Amino acid sequence: MKENTPSERLYNGILKENPTFVLMLGMCPTLAVTTSAINGVGMGLSTCAVLMMSNLIISLLRKFIPDRVRMPAYIVVVASFVTLVEMLMQAYVRPIYTALGLYIPLIVVNCIILGRAESYASKNPPLASFFDGLGMGLGFTLALTIIGAVRELLGAGEIFGLRVMPESFEPVSIMVMAPGAFLVLAVLTALQNRFHAPSATNHGDRFCSGNCAGCMDKSCGIGERSEK
Amino acid sequence: MSKFNVSISPHIRSRETTATIMLDVIIALLPSVIVGVAVFGARAFAITMLSVTSCVASEYIYEKLLKLPVTVTDLSAVVTGLILAVNLYSTAPWWIPVLGGAFAIIVVKMLFGGIGQNFMNPALAARCFLLLSFSRIMTDYPQIDGVSGPTPLVLAKQGTVVPVRDLLIGTHSGTIGETSAIAIIIGFIYLCIRGVIKPREPLSVILSTGVFVTLFSVIQGIPVTLNYLAVHMLGGGMLLGAVFMASDYATTPVTPLGQVIFGCCVGFITALIRCVGGGTEGVSYAIIISNILTPLIEKATMPRPFGIERPKKPKKEAAKND
Repeated sequence: MKENTPSERLYNGILKENPTFVLMLGMCPTLAVTTSAINGVGMGLSTCAVLMMSNLIISLLRKFIPDRVRMPAYIVVVASFVTLVEMLMQAYVRPIYTALGLYIPLIVVNCIILGRAESYASKNPPLASFFDGLGMGLGFTLALTIIGAVRELLGAGEIFGLRVMPESFEPVSIMVMAPGAFLVLAVLTALQNRFHAPSATNHGDRFCSGNCAGCMDKSCGIGERSEK
Repeated sequence: MSKFNVSISPHIRSRETTATIMLDVIIALLPSVIVGVAVFGARAFAITMLSVTSCVASEYIYEKLLKLPVTVTDLSAVVTGLILAVNLYSTAPWWIPVLGGAFAIIVVKMLFGGIGQNFMNPALAARCFLLLSFSRIMTDYPQIDGVSGPTPLVLAKQGTVVPVRDLLIGTHSGTIGETSAIAIIIGFIYLCIRGVIKPREPLSVILSTGVFVTLFSVIQGIPVTLNYLAVHMLGGGMLLGAVFMASDYATTPVTPLGQVIFGCCVGFITALIRCVGGGTEGVSYAIIISNILTPLIEKATMPRPFGIERPKKPKKEAAKND
């Protein structure tokens, strides 16, 4: 597949480098808000919206932002869009806004967004960056929805608020508490490894632990800047 | 011709194996189970059997599926099943011990590498899993003589006096194995005589609980009577936890001093949960929280090999030169 085309970026974000299941980024919202499928969708889509727009703007501004102040500049761009999304959600999707609470403003410090800005949008043209954000955002949404659906199914016997388990099913309430998030994520990652799908712990020849300081792989360009 | 047999060391072998140790623990648990069945009836027996079967079956199936050597003959799964069962109320529906046993063995024990590799007591982790998941079912006190009553700890918290005779014999409400203090003490003495456990760990748990309960109660202005203390030490899961769970080999420190520190840690957290926090029990949580502290305690109490000095802390002058 040709690189940096819209379709390649979408495929990359949703499957090949899924931010949650493969890159293991943004674990805080992943574990905290996925108590139900609808919360997962809400969090995923709001992050997706911010990610698309911030990638686009940062890519447009990439020649104007001086290297030394790029982080504050990215944060300002991201924070503006998060504020917009938060106000829109407060106005139009009140139930999800109340359910997600503090985690919406916290999108500002979501490492997926800063990670994509730093490693992709700051080096690539606007269109590709926009689709990179869309792909990553959709991949994030997909992952959160899957985790949320499993937790909601076991913890409440429902999916998207619809009763699917028989009446006699006793909800395993630990699944909608914090330990359940870790259990579900661990089991899903174990299944990924079992079927040899790419994941953070099953990486074949390509390896990124996210720790650029201790990384020996010189083929990726993420760490180059900070070394200089 | 020489009749000497030439071989490399070791030359003297103990007959003790994992299976004999586990068998001793099973024998020590039997009095509590028997009293539990006598007090709570056939249902308690069924729960115990289901829990043991579930643990052994989970271990067997897991090892078969992953093509690992099958280790069910070392009896450790049976012990896990028994300990889980004595921690359950006899009113639990049939699937509670089954689910708990599977969770204990597969998630807590096997996923971390099997016997000796688990960082947390499997049976207690399963109990806490069940308690968090099905809090309504798991706090459904069983009936004694047709009367459904709260456990002695609940009564003590409300200020009622519980006769000590009931606590010793076990004719009061509680989980299957925790009610009779005498039965547990028989098991404790057996384990100590057989050398399976050392008395210091259970004793430090029980004594430190007494000390910290007194301390916290005095601070809060709750009158501390002899009966109040007796209920705290004999009435809940205290004895059971101290004897059978705070002495587990895999999840508690190996150094003697470390074991005493571990025991005090359990006592402190238990007293904290019972007197300051809202809970009535707390031994299970105290033990699994202390399990997590075990590596730290071991590191701090590691004995010094003969002839080797501890590395001295760098003096202040050396720091100035840097």
